Amino acid sequence: MAQAPMETLPDDTVEIEKLRAAVESLEQQVKGLEGRLPEDKVAMVVMSGDLDKLLAAFIIATGAAAMYEQVSMFFTFWAIPALKDPRKTVRKTVVGKLFEYMLPRGAGALSLSRMNMAGAGKAMVKRLMKQQRVMSLEELIQMAAESGVRIYVCQMSMDLMGYALSEMIDYPGMKAAGVATFLAEAGTSKVSLFI
Amino acid sequence: MTVDLTAVKVAKTVDARGTACPGPLLAAKRAMAEVPMSAVLEVMSSDSGTNEDIPLWAKKVGHEFLGTVEEAGFWRLYVKRRK
Repeated sequence: MAQAPMETLPDDTVEIEKLRAAVESLEQQVKGLEGRLPEDKVAMVVMSGDLDKLLAAFIIATGAAAMYEQVSMFFTFWAIPALKDPRKTVRKTVVGKLFEYMLPRGAGALSLSRMNMAGAGKAMVKRLMKQQRVMSLEELIQMAAESGVRIYVCQMSMDLMGYALSEMIDYPGMKAAGVATFLAEAGTSKVSLFI
Repeated sequence: MTVDLTAVKVAKTVDARGTACPGPLLAAKRAMAEVPMSAVLEVMSSDSGTNEDIPLWAKKVGHEFLGTVEEAGFWRLYVKRRK
């Protein structure tokens, strides 16, 4: 292959300037991409008020707390009564009272989605869980609190059903939030689930 | 090459036998905080699922899974702290 004659070689300073500009533009692009990378987080919507699904949600959440830097659970609609502290009372409208009367009062009062059999199935499952030393929902919630799992409660659902944050269980950092909070979390999480 | 796990020097042992998923995983995570860097944590578990979970946890979090020794009705899992 013939060598290029000396005079056709580009001017060094011009070439270096070009490279510098190219590197700068790449750095900008990388910075932009970094901002869009998912973080080491898990975000979960918990909508179900069934004992079995709440168990699944908290098993995943506590497991995730061991594997990811941050785990957030967003409680909405039928899942909200699972967080109620049955010992706490707040003033309610008639409709709010109706919701509280019709729905389970706290994690201990939830039913299975299948084979509940007016509570007999649930009693059997609870007995089996104890025998096989599977953590109860209450223990899992405690474990989630100790592991730093964040819990947000949908403000709109609480308003609709007449619940207040002040009647929920004592859970570190529990906050009311809206859909944007979930979307902001889910949008930057590696895993997002709907339960 | 396999490491002779019975000869591994263990810095800490956590006995999670009897607890079910996610008990052993949470126990391992907690115990690892007390293990010095590059030292080995031993997890005892009677939950067979732990044999799948602990290696995956170690990989995700950045620790080195060394292996498992089966005993009568339980397993000993060895993880070297790397993070």
